[in-house]
Amino acid sequence: MANTAAINGINGLRDIRRSPASHLAAALEAGSIQGTVVLKEGPFQTMAGVRVDPRSEEGARIAAVARSLPARCGDVGGTDRVTVLWLGPSEFLVVAPEEAHDSLGGDLIGSLVAALGEAPGQVVDLSANRTTFELSGPRARAALEKGCALDLHPRSFTVGTALSTEIGNIPVVLQKTGEESFRLFPRASFADFLGRWLLDAVREFASPEVP
Amino acid sequence: MLLISCPNCGSRDETEFHYGGQAHVPYPENPAGLNDREWAEFLFYRDNTKGAFAERWLHSTGCRQWFNMLRDTVTYDIQAIYPMGTPRPATAAATSVIAPEGATK
Repeated sequence: MANTAAINGINGLRDIRRSPASHLAAALEAGSIQGTVVLKEGPFQTMAGVRVDPRSEEGARIAAVARSLPARCGDVGGTDRVTVLWLGPSEFLVVAPEEAHDSLGGDLIGSLVAALGEAPGQVVDLSANRTTFELSGPRARAALEKGCALDLHPRSFTVGTALSTEIGNIPVVLQKTGEESFRLFPRASFADFLGRWLLDAVREFASPEVP
Repeated sequence: MLLISCPNCGSRDETEFHYGGQAHVPYPENPAGLNDREWAEFLFYRDNTKGAFAERWLHSTGCRQWFNMLRDTVTYDIQAIYPMGTPRPATAAATSVIAPEGATK
């Protein structure tokens, strides 16, 4: 993983942390086809699961911390740095860079907990729950379409939206970050399977297209 | 494969959902007052309707919310999707059912 030495983790544990698909890093690099489709595991991120009624007072306080809460399925709130994915009408996933975690000098979790206060709802640190795969390139959509029933055509799946669905029978949150780039958030225990599944999906694009 | 219209997420594949059994089965007002047979009937006995059937569904890999669905058990035609806690919508019940000869229900 990138830049692990720069951050001093709690009790030295940060240095021995391994991301769920770290054992696939070399395979992902070897399986990527530059200029066609590139697959890699993203860096660690701080994630918080938030359950709050967005129309309530505490929902407004949470929205103030995260800048905004997405209103409906597919919406992504927050800022470029701290994104808030819609998981349900009262359930959200806050994703931020690793440095935002309280143990590394940030204040994301603490400020969300403080914003919720004693009100009904929950804020849970889910930083280790999911990993991130970054898939980009002109054939990224074609690779995903092999195992995703959603309409991924740009006219319906636009940049800056995220949907929770199944890819290769794995429940993931699929975020479209650019015209040809996607972020996939599978749970950690599915990372190995999904990484290998994606490698298999992109393999055909290494060969010249058969007319 | 059924295409189910989740009230929150829109049209999704059936594999994203979980079936929750018959809808509108009320919890007994006084559970302690039930005898064994009545309790067993509340727990385990469900209608086996041929035709329009109200059932609960969970969008488990999407928004994780429950909703009710009125589905025809013969044609799999989804006639209505409505929120939990609301009464079953009136439909032209069982018009689509072609009753076999001699069937009473």
